[in-house]
Amino acid sequence: MFRFNDVNLLKINQLKKRYPSNDALVLPCLWMIQYQEGYIPLEAIDTMSELIKVPPMEIYRVASFYTMFHLEPQEKLVVDVCKTLSCKLCGSDAILKHLQSNDKIRLRHVECLGSCGTAPVMQVKDIYYENLTLQKVDSILEELL
Amino acid sequence: MRDCRLVSQKFEIENSYTLEVAKAHGGYKSLEKLDQLSPKQCVEIIKESGLRGKGGGGASAGDKWSLMPQDSTKPSFLVVNCDESEPGTFKDRQIISKDPHLLIEGILLTSYAIQAKHAYIYIRGEYKQFQDILQNAIDEAYDAGLLQNCDITIHRGAGAYICGEKSALLESMEGKRGHPRLKPKQKECEWYFGNPTLVNNVETIASVPYIIENGAQAYRRFGTDESPGTMLFAMSGHIEKPGVYESEFGVSMLEYIHHFGGGIKNGKKLKAVIPGGASTDVLTADEVAKATLDYETLRNMGSALGTGGMIVMDEDVSMVEALKNLLEFYHEESCGQCTPCREGTGWSDKLVEKLLRKEATKDDINKLLEVADTMNGKTICVFAPAVSTVIQSFVKKFRDEFEMKL
Repeated sequence: MFRFNDVNLLKINQLKKRYPSNDALVLPCLWMIQYQEGYIPLEAIDTMSELIKVPPMEIYRVASFYTMFHLEPQEKLVVDVCKTLSCKLCGSDAILKHLQSNDKIRLRHVECLGSCGTAPVMQVKDIYYENLTLQKVDSILEELL
Repeated sequence: MRDCRLVSQKFEIENSYTLEVAKAHGGYKSLEKLDQLSPKQCVEIIKESGLRGKGGGGASAGDKWSLMPQDSTKPSFLVVNCDESEPGTFKDRQIISKDPHLLIEGILLTSYAIQAKHAYIYIRGEYKQFQDILQNAIDEAYDAGLLQNCDITIHRGAGAYICGEKSALLESMEGKRGHPRLKPKQKECEWYFGNPTLVNNVETIASVPYIIENGAQAYRRFGTDESPGTMLFAMSGHIEKPGVYESEFGVSMLEYIHHFGGGIKNGKKLKAVIPGGASTDVLTADEVAKATLDYETLRNMGSALGTGGMIVMDEDVSMVEALKNLLEFYHEESCGQCTPCREGTGWSDKLVEKLLRKEATKDDINKLLEVADTMNGKTICVFAPAVSTVIQSFVKKFRDEFEMKL
């Protein structure tokens, strides 16, 4: 049975005072669940629904719209490599190709990360790794895995 | 090229993100002016300054502020748009990570002008690192008693380009999918849970302290009559020194590229520039030579200044592949609410893919233009019309490259 940990419960109560409606807590609560569990289990959506009085289906509708939410457990390290134009011009294709066969990670081709001036870029666990080269990618992943 | 740093003045200073350093370099000084200014006067100053929204639209900030009702019985809100996701754009993150107190200062001034007691900063989910720096700055401001009249709350998005569109952003902040809203018949403010709300880009708000402190005329010393002031322009792609460099409006694009960017990477020849984020029409090298960085010139050239984020492409770039890359982006990021956009982005992506596989006929190029036409003017927001003109500009200006793939 899912329950929010005490730190998160406290945060939710504080956040309720900062918005005109509890509906606004959908994204903040989904983030808390994802950090707590590593993904968003369906039963957590039920718990959240009771807490902020938003129907579970509405919450699911939102959770499935945004690309950063994982609706299934992530067994492998998620590596997001930006594939949009500026990164492509600066060599992201080679990085994507290089990582394609790495079976220790879950490689995602993501759209613009807003790091065009320091392209190519990838994001792992909230951290940006910029001005990438193949060697740099290898040493970063070696450290993370 | 004149050095003018109105927003980026503290970017080079070490630890400029801390309250101590920010204050030592003039941070929060503009707040003293508020003793002599009524909220209405603040709005007037911004109007006079000619400050324009820097998130892409370029509408007059003062006019937008004027739409906020005075003496509303409902609470008013300020929402700062930090959902920076337009390909080629990476300026807001510079502000929130290098001078977050400038943004907070701007928020305090703006909130005073529109009489908001609470400001939200909607930040894209991927910017967690920068969000943490900004949150630290907000905490510092709370501790220093700076936020007694206005609360600031960061609201984190979770990966959706469309949430940069202001009404989609508000939907997202209301806990819903980021689907843009229908536009009202006449001009009015935005609404957050039915309350009057102003939505402005990070850079727009960060431009406010200079104007309030030095006056509208001081701001107008920079730029052109119709595009006054400065902007954090940016360069990426095939450029020697990519990055964000503040400049006044009206300077030559080519000069800017050479002065700040050090020219095209590896001494290659320039082929094209997408001037203001991916959703503005591509310019050929000949057009770039004539372009100046202001709203009017670029609009007259059939493109737009947009976010000021230039994507520079050298002579070796295949424009068909570049368009394919952008169409993949649009197909992925279409919110799916309107059929012409949801389907059109996918169809056009498939047609260009067919071209790249060398399986297309001349008919397919025309079909691509037809699909583009179907996307224009038939949807709730400007996402699809932008895709439509992007496709048309690529095909029109580089038609020979497309035909070579037949």
